Amino acid sequence: MSRTAIVTAAIDVAAIVDEVRGAPQGAIVTFIGTVRNSSGTRTVTGLEYSVYAEMANREMTDILHEALALASGAEIVAVHRVGNLDVGEICVMIAASHAHRAAAFDACRYTIEGIKKRVPIWKRERYADGSTQWVAACSDTAQNAGNHAGEHAGEHA
Amino acid sequence: MKVTVRVFASYADAVGSDRVTVNVGEPATVGGVRLAVAALSPNLPPRPLIAVNETYATDDVPIAEGDQVAVIPPVAGG
Repeated sequence: MSRTAIVTAAIDVAAIVDEVRGAPQGAIVTFIGTVRNSSGTRTVTGLEYSVYAEMANREMTDILHEALALASGAEIVAVHRVGNLDVGEICVMIAASHAHRAAAFDACRYTIEGIKKRVPIWKRERYADGSTQWVAACSDTAQNAGNHAGEHAGEHA
Repeated sequence: MKVTVRVFASYADAVGSDRVTVNVGEPATVGGVRLAVAALSPNLPPRPLIAVNETYATDDVPIAEGDQVAVIPPVAGG
């Protein structure tokens, strides 16, 4: 059963893969995002994720439905963790299954890219020297520029 | 019209709160909220993104009593 979730507990990779297994599904593609120990030249010791939960849940559900429309017959589970995470911990996981691999890849890619661009989640890096800093959005984030924000909002309103 | 706006992440640091109330001329719109929120801190962008009822909203969207309004920093999930 396809679903999305925002959680605070550790993400169980095997359990999520099992959720999308099924007799008709010949392919499972997973994406697992983990906390990296560096940002540019700085040493990162962890990340603190914050979320606008009500909107994030709704936006993730929209993305899921779009991915399911793109890859008819797919099963998708998308889970994002929030709170304090240490280096190496899993912050996001997508598992997408389909009868065939191409559609499974498409569904997985669409879901993670949508989450990165649209879901209201933010992260603050913790550095080895004890300081912290909010992470600026990726350069391909649609809402970075004011004009793009309007177009973006219009597309998904 | 007084509009209460939820504020998150770096923007919450900029205004020193996770919730602010702004005065917006009527008829209240997202565009008006954007200007009013931006004026709260020099550390906010001139046109911060706004969500109404958990949906990204353009300047022309009207704001009614009871709407859930939030100002959304550039997202950085994953």
